[in-house]
Amino acid sequence: MASWLENEEILTRKGQIAMPYAWSVGEVGSRFLVGLRDEKRILGNRCDKCGATYVPPRKNCGVCFHDLPDDGWREVGPEGVVTSCTVVREDSPLAPAKAPFAYVIVKLDGADVGFMHVVRDNLEKLAVGVRVAARFREAREGSILDIDSFVIL
Amino acid sequence: MEKAAIVGIGQTKYERRKSGEIYYDLVYEVTTRAMEDAGYTLDDIGDVITVSNDFWDGRTISCMAVQEAAGAHDKNVSTVEGDGTLGALYGLMRVLGGSGTTLIVAHSKGSEGDPRVITNAMFDPVYHRSLGLDAVSSSALQASAYMSRYGVTEEQCALVSVKNHKNAKNNPFAQLPMDITVADVMKSRKIADPLKLLDCSPVSDGAAAIIIADEKHARKARKKPVWIKGAAHCADAYFLGDRNLAEAASLREAAKKAYAMAGIGNPAKEIDVAELYDAFGYMELMWLEGLGFCDPGGGAGMTESGKTAMGGPIPVNPSGGVLSAHAVLAAGLARIAEAVLQLRGEAGSRQVDGARTSLAHGINGPCGQSHCVWVLGKD
Repeated sequence: MASWLENEEILTRKGQIAMPYAWSVGEVGSRFLVGLRDEKRILGNRCDKCGATYVPPRKNCGVCFHDLPDDGWREVGPEGVVTSCTVVREDSPLAPAKAPFAYVIVKLDGADVGFMHVVRDNLEKLAVGVRVAARFREAREGSILDIDSFVIL
Repeated sequence: MEKAAIVGIGQTKYERRKSGEIYYDLVYEVTTRAMEDAGYTLDDIGDVITVSNDFWDGRTISCMAVQEAAGAHDKNVSTVEGDGTLGALYGLMRVLGGSGTTLIVAHSKGSEGDPRVITNAMFDPVYHRSLGLDAVSSSALQASAYMSRYGVTEEQCALVSVKNHKNAKNNPFAQLPMDITVADVMKSRKIADPLKLLDCSPVSDGAAAIIIADEKHARKARKKPVWIKGAAHCADAYFLGDRNLAEAASLREAAKKAYAMAGIGNPAKEIDVAELYDAFGYMELMWLEGLGFCDPGGGAGMTESGKTAMGGPIPVNPSGGVLSAHAVLAAGLARIAEAVLQLRGEAGSRQVDGARTSLAHGINGPCGQSHCVWVLGKD
């Protein structure tokens, strides 16, 4: 340490970067989010090569590297089984719920990949293997949070 | 692969907050240490790779701010945004491509940003970010999937924290040397089940650097070179729901490739010491399995039996690991630096006797989306 530092204070410069974006959701994502908003339906799409059904839907199958066909769209869920879960114990300014609430990955009926969302109630009953169902919001705007949460069945 | 070696390393001490040093200073500190260690001057450095992340640094094109600290004035400098092991992999490519010597330096100051907000930004903005997921809560989902798949208990995961914080007492660079018990881990504050405070790595400030050289330049270094026997990388899917979170498939693939390069047939026998990216206790158990040190689901049993402890057949994280110091990005490069010290016999009181082959491992992306595996040899 330099000798002149002995009598100096170290200053801190506080700041924040807040950058607005307007991300295009794209054609595939828009069809999915419009499905949530207008029909309360969760749409996935199926690869005609390997047979995997994706949700959220995709442009292409990452495994087969193959376009997902127009006729591969289908409704999945709204029920499914929890494949992993965590009860969050601390509040975060980014979370859509106050702690405690849970994150879950749900294998929706008819889908082959997991779908991430939250569970708000009956957390003591939450475990890998329990069945849950999507609960939609009354006021929907074309967002993943048009699904309010998943409820334990 | 043509022969290439690690000829110089440098690390800062890892601390919760380095208030007196800006990240430029940390880069300068480890760059000069690595050059001293190699006995090189700037004239001996062919090119430079910096490793940084704009969100952690709070500045776009963050790499441009550290060039003079990295000795890159007038040199060919480029950047990796990812774990330090990936910067090193790119550095190895530069050396094999004819650079002669490449210096790789990684830094981050976790204390200056908000890790929750920064790690939330790694998730897809349309489908996942608004759920508020971050590095800890997403890892808790992986712990849940892994533990339920293999019947692993929280107490078994806690053994990793107990072992690694104890090991950290032998590492002057570590942030959290501690004598703790499984009971201490179990009663520590709940963050996101099953993860508790002492299952989680800390927020750290720090930097690390290594110098890679081809055979000709390695012979000019001050110390005996540590040879790169194998290095490989593999990535899994981006969306967590697309992955089988209970298995480290991409680690298995990366390890297979690195072992093939290194001529390793039985890693549990042939690797003498390993430095793994244990951001959470459960991760070390999973990575033991992915690296083929034991069968799938065998990580807990291997740890309980003391096989990964100091004095065991394959000590894992003698440095204390990432659980004891987690300067993001630098942490993977620190694993390589520690694996080098072990083969030089310079690891002090954390030295594994007679180590001839060491392994270093880094991860990138949520829940170990990608893995980079390094096999180093003394001869």
